[in-house]
Amino acid sequence: MVALPSETGIPPKVHYLNADYGIRSWLLTTDHKRIGILYLISITFFFAIGGLMAVLIRMELATPEGDLFQSDTYNRLFTMHGIMMIFFFLIPSIPAVLGNFLIPIMVGARDLAFPRLNLFSWYLFNIAGLFTIWALVHGGVDTGWTFYTPYSTRYSNTHVIATALGIFIAGFSSILTGLNFVVTIHRMRAPGLGWFRLPLFVWSLYATSLIFILGTPVLAITLLLLAAERVFGIGIFDPSLGGDPLLFQHLFWFYSHPAVYIMVLPAMGVVSEIVPAFARKKIFGYRFIAYASVALAVLGFLVWAHHMFVAGMSIYAATVFSALSMLVAVPSAVKVFNWTATLYQGSISWDTPMLYALGFIGLFTMGGLTGVMLATLGIDVHVHDTYFIIAHFHYIMVGGAIMGYLGGLHYWWPKITGKLYPRFWSRISAMVIFIGFNVTFFPQFILGYLGMPRRYHAYPPEFQVLNVMSSAGATILGVGYLIPLIYFIWSMRYGRHASSNPWGVVGLEWETTSPPPTENFETPPVVTRGPYEYSRSEEVADGR
Amino acid sequence: MKTHPHTGPVVPVGVYVAVFAALLILTAMTTAAAFHDLGPMNNVVALGIAALKATLVVLFFMHVRYGTRLIPLVVAAGLFWLVILIALSLTDYLTRGWLGVPGR
Ligand SMILES: [Cu+2]
Repeated sequence: MVALPSETGIPPKVHYLNADYGIRSWLLTTDHKRIGILYLISITFFFAIGGLMAVLIRMELATPEGDLFQSDTYNRLFTMHGIMMIFFFLIPSIPAVLGNFLIPIMVGARDLAFPRLNLFSWYLFNIAGLFTIWALVHGGVDTGWTFYTPYSTRYSNTHVIATALGIFIAGFSSILTGLNFVVTIHRMRAPGLGWFRLPLFVWSLYATSLIFILGTPVLAITLLLLAAERVFGIGIFDPSLGGDPLLFQHLFWFYSHPAVYIMVLPAMGVVSEIVPAFARKKIFGYRFIAYASVALAVLGFLVWAHHMFVAGMSIYAATVFSALSMLVAVPSAVKVFNWTATLYQGSISWDTPMLYALGFIGLFTMGGLTGVMLATLGIDVHVHDTYFIIAHFHYIMVGGAIMGYLGGLHYWWPKITGKLYPRFWSRISAMVIFIGFNVTFFPQFILGYLGMPRRYHAYPPEFQVLNVMSSAGATILGVGYLIPLIYFIWSMRYGRHASSNPWGVVGLEWETTSPPPTENFETPPVVTRGPYEYSRSEEVADGR
Repeated sequence: MKTHPHTGPVVPVGVYVAVFAALLILTAMTTAAAFHDLGPMNNVVALGIAALKATLVVLFFMHVRYGTRLIPLVVAAGLFWLVILIALSLTDYLTRGWLGVPGR
C-alpha cells in the first residue's frame, strides 16, 4: 500500500476513541461520534442477516423448480430480507452512522442538540431489531415487508404483530434522530455559518430529517391500526368487517414512498461532497442542489399511490398520482446534471470514494429513469409485481443508497478511525461491487419485462438463463461487500495513521484532527467562507 | 409572564387548572352528545369537540402558545401534512365510483 506523504500524519495523543476505555464508556457514551460507531456495528449486523436472506433467495432461484425451499419458507425469506434491509439497514445507514458523526462537526458544534436522546434512540433501534429477529427465529412473517391487508390481519398465521411492533419501535428511533438533526442544524451552527454556507450533506440530511418527523408517525399509526384489526377484530381494512383494504395501502405508502427518499437523499448528500472534492472544483449550482433536496422531501409525499395503480383505486386519482410522480424526476435530474457539470473541466482523481460516487450517479440515473417508466399508467399495468419493479428499486436502493453509503464510509473513514485503508483493494472492491450489482439486477429488468412475477419460489424454465446470471452476479456482489469489511477491520489495527486532511479537500471536518477530539475542535471554529471553495491559486500550489 | 433563560416562560398554575377544567367539561359534553341521536351531525359534533380539546392541549399543555415563532410553524407543518394525506386520499375515495365496478 502506497500512501502519499500528505495522507499520513501523527495522530493526536488524546482523541475521542482513546479518551475513555472500557465497554461502559461505549454503552453509556453521549458522544455523537461514538454513537455513530455503535450504529455502524448494529447496522452491519442487520445487513448481514438481510444479506443472508438474499443469498438464500438467489440460491433458490438458480433453478426453475422450487427445490430448495417450500413456498412458505420462501415467503418468509423475502419478507425478512425486505424488513431487515429497509427498516434496519437502509433507513438508518447514512443518517445514523455518517450523519451522527458528521453533522455536529460540519456545523462546528460540540455534539448534537440532545446527546442523551441520541444514545436512547440507538437503544430503541437495537431493541426493535432484536424484537424483529426474535420473530424471525420463532417462525418469521410471510406477508412481505408491505404487510398488505386483509392477508396480514385475517389470514396470515405468522408473527405479524411481533414484527410490526419491532418496526413500530424502530420508527421512534428514526423520529428522535430526525428531531435531533433538525434542532442541531437550526440552533447550533458556528458563528458565520449561514444556511447557504452549510455543506450539501447537511442540507440533504435536514431534508431527510423532515421526512423522518413528518412521515414516520403515519407508519406507526398504520401498524397500530393493523394490530387493532388483527387482535381485536376492529374493522378498518378488512372488507368483511366493513373496512377498506386500499386504506391500508394509502396509509402505508404515505410513509413508505417518502422512505425511499430517506434512503437516497443522504446518499445524494454524500455524492455532493465527494464530487467537488475529487474534481477539485466548487460544486455547480449549490443553491439548486440544496433546494432540490427539500423539493424531493416535499414532492416525495405527493406520489404514494403509484404503488396502487392496479389495486382497484380510482383511475382518475391514478392519473393525478401518475403526473405527480413524474414531477419527482425534476429535482432528481437537477442534481444529476449539477454533479455532471461539476465534473466538467475538473481535475478528477479516481480515488475510491469517487468511484463509488460515479457509480451512484450512473446507477441512480438508471433507477430513476425506470421509475419514470413505472409512473406511466400503461407500463405500470404491464410490469406491476414483476421483476422489473424489483430491478428498479434495487437500482435506487442498492445502486443508489448503498453505493452512497459505501462512498461516504470510504471518504470519511480516515477521519472516523484516523487510519488509512489499502488504496488498491478499496478500488478493486468498488469495481467488483459495481460489476456484481449490474450482473445481478440488470437481467431482472428483462425478466420482469418478459413477465416473470415477483415473490414466487419457482418459475418457467425459459427464465433460467437470466436467473442464473442474476444469482452469479449476487455472488460477485457478496464478495464485493466482504472485501471492504475485511480491509476496514484490518485498517483499524494495521492501517497507517491518516493526516487531518488526507484527501487535501476543504470542509470543517478536515480542519480538526483525525480522529477528532471528544469536543470535536480544539477551539470553536468561526466560518468565514462557503463550502467547496477551491480557488485557482490552491490548484496551482497543488500542482494540479 | 416571567421568562426563565433555559426553561421558557413560567405559566401560572391557574391557567393549567382552567384548561384542565375545560377539558373535563368538553369530555362530559362528548358523553352527553353520545346519548342523543343527532343524525348526520353525530360525527361532526364528536370530532369538533375532540379537535377543540386537542387544540387546548397543544396550545397550553405543550406550550406551543409560549414558544418562539418556529414552534407554531412546526405544528402547522404537521397539520398541513395531515391535510395532504387526507386530501390526496380523497382524490381516490371521491372518484372511485365514477366508472362503476368492472364485472358487476
Ligand atoms: Cu414510490
